[in-house]
Amino acid sequence: MADKEPLLKVEHLSKEFPAESGMLMSRFAKKVSAVNDISFEIYPGETLGLVGESGCGKSTTGRSIMRLTRPTAGHVYFEGRDVATMSHKELKSLRREMQFIFQDPYASLNPRMTIGEIISEPLQIHGDGRTAAERNKYVRELLDVVGLNPEHINRYPHEFSGGQRQRIGIARAFALHPKLIICDEPVSALDVSIQAQVLNLLKDLQKQFGTAYLFIAHDLSVVQHISDRIAVMYLGKIVELSDWKSLYAEPFHPYTQSLLSAAPIPDPDLMNTRRRIILAGDPPSPIDPPTGCRFHTRCPIAKARCSSEQPEFRQVEPGHFCACHFAEPFPIKESSVEL
Amino acid sequence: MIYPSPLDHQAHQAVAETAVAARANADEGASRTLWGDAFGRLKKNKLAVVAAIWILFIILVAATADLWVPQTLGDPNATGANMAAESRLPPSLEHPFGTDTLGRDVLSRVIYGARISLTVGVVATGISTIIGLVMGAIAAYYGGIWDTIIMRLADIFLAFPYTLFVVAMIAVIGNGIQNVFIAIGILGWPSIARVFRSAILSVKENDYVDAARAMGASDVRIVARHIFPNSVASIVVYATMNIGGAILTESALSFLGMGVVPPDPSWGTLIQSGQQYLQTEPWLMILPGLAILSTVLAFTLLGDGLRDALDVKMKDA
Repeated sequence: MADKEPLLKVEHLSKEFPAESGMLMSRFAKKVSAVNDISFEIYPGETLGLVGESGCGKSTTGRSIMRLTRPTAGHVYFEGRDVATMSHKELKSLRREMQFIFQDPYASLNPRMTIGEIISEPLQIHGDGRTAAERNKYVRELLDVVGLNPEHINRYPHEFSGGQRQRIGIARAFALHPKLIICDEPVSALDVSIQAQVLNLLKDLQKQFGTAYLFIAHDLSVVQHISDRIAVMYLGKIVELSDWKSLYAEPFHPYTQSLLSAAPIPDPDLMNTRRRIILAGDPPSPIDPPTGCRFHTRCPIAKARCSSEQPEFRQVEPGHFCACHFAEPFPIKESSVEL
Repeated sequence: MIYPSPLDHQAHQAVAETAVAARANADEGASRTLWGDAFGRLKKNKLAVVAAIWILFIILVAATADLWVPQTLGDPNATGANMAAESRLPPSLEHPFGTDTLGRDVLSRVIYGARISLTVGVVATGISTIIGLVMGAIAAYYGGIWDTIIMRLADIFLAFPYTLFVVAMIAVIGNGIQNVFIAIGILGWPSIARVFRSAILSVKENDYVDAARAMGASDVRIVARHIFPNSVASIVVYATMNIGGAILTESALSFLGMGVVPPDPSWGTLIQSGQQYLQTEPWLMILPGLAILSTVLAFTLLGDGLRDALDVKMKDA
């Protein structure tokens, strides 16, 4: 991977939201630090999974990359161009290359438009030079590709099920053959059986079009299924980043270890005998994050140094990064599942 | 498999099968439009249908009155020599609701009054809707200081007792039909602006607006294609109900002698001229009163029905 030019390069990205909209005291208002100084790269055609619990900044990261929200600090380079400082015109051409798939298949489709109109909207916006008839034919082909009946082109979103709607959203995202698609929890609103269908569809499309994914999710089994590399986020920071095999086999960061030890296994004997790491308490508030390592308040191996010194995001093995002072591989083989 | 996942090969095969099955099951055929759906739902609401028929009936009667209201029943604006003889006759076959002080047929006065009352209702609502839409849209899109200015202004308007405000305005600009339009129309915008603003704000939060932005859609396109079509339903509902309110306000104004000036018949002036004979000749007030009651009620019920019908999430349950 390392020899290729990255498609997307995120450098020291931070995003803060004002926590209280004080009219007079706005300069002193508290801030929610949703994303704090994160960096990663995505290579052409690969899938980077981004996992973490609710509120850890996964979605904000995705939205900042698309510039749906403006990052407070840092840079996002797409093919070498900085997204954060782009003009409107450049941004429009960028949006040909980068698309978004949303979590909620009900809110992401305009209920007053037919699915034909929804899917052809990006084509209209970017003026693809097709005639109306060609466009209609193309949209029908796309519907076929995502596993929907092309005859339904004139139907409205409310006539479809959640899984079908998500397929419509996928067809819309692929209409312009973008190089990168940010999938913001695209299957977490769906039933497990439908999740499998949609994930497989995403994989097939990736094979067909060579699209790279930033795949945001909170479900480890979903991420494992689709990702080449996985980044784990905790409270606005990436704590571990590695290819999925070494992350699942040998997680270094205590947070990743506890996450993995909490994933359910469909074998009651194994489930009862494996060692679980149970974290105490709730995640701290991002308005007032802990000093030093943000995880130290809940970390089972925290020492004095952790509360004063921010751990460096360092390479612990080739291609395996971890932000922990005392990171060491966790003997997950004994504790959880057979490999 | 390291971690159990629902996504093994079997699942993949099952996917292919279900996808095929789903396609086979899905029925072909023309799709219904959303507005068509809404109409279908409206038709099932009996009260709303009755209300709509009643409103159409009133409009039809008022519009075609010249063609069939027998002028022999008394020119609605006449003050003839036989005035004294025909003054305040009780209901009879010739005059189903009697005659008024000047010997004019009450029924035909009420029919002609419908023209004025309905016009006031529609035009005044139109004026407040246009002002309200513009103000609400500016407040919601631009936000910040514009939102604050417009919404605080709306709060100030709403802080005054509405009827008193209208009366005061009429007192300044004078009475007459046009001034009634203007007063009711101008003073009605704050509530419409609020409704539209909140509708836009809630629509703006939807992912499909973000999706359009992510596609690179222009602001104009986002507003015209995504935000407006999804927020206009609440305005249709509100405006419908508002027509009834405006008719009521006009009646109140005319009753106070500050609205439509006699001899032009509006329902309010008819009640006003009949009120002194309430104990002896109640028919002078009963018909115009019923006309106001039924029409205002009809607009409210229709608005209620529209609200249910236009709610996209309430499917044919």
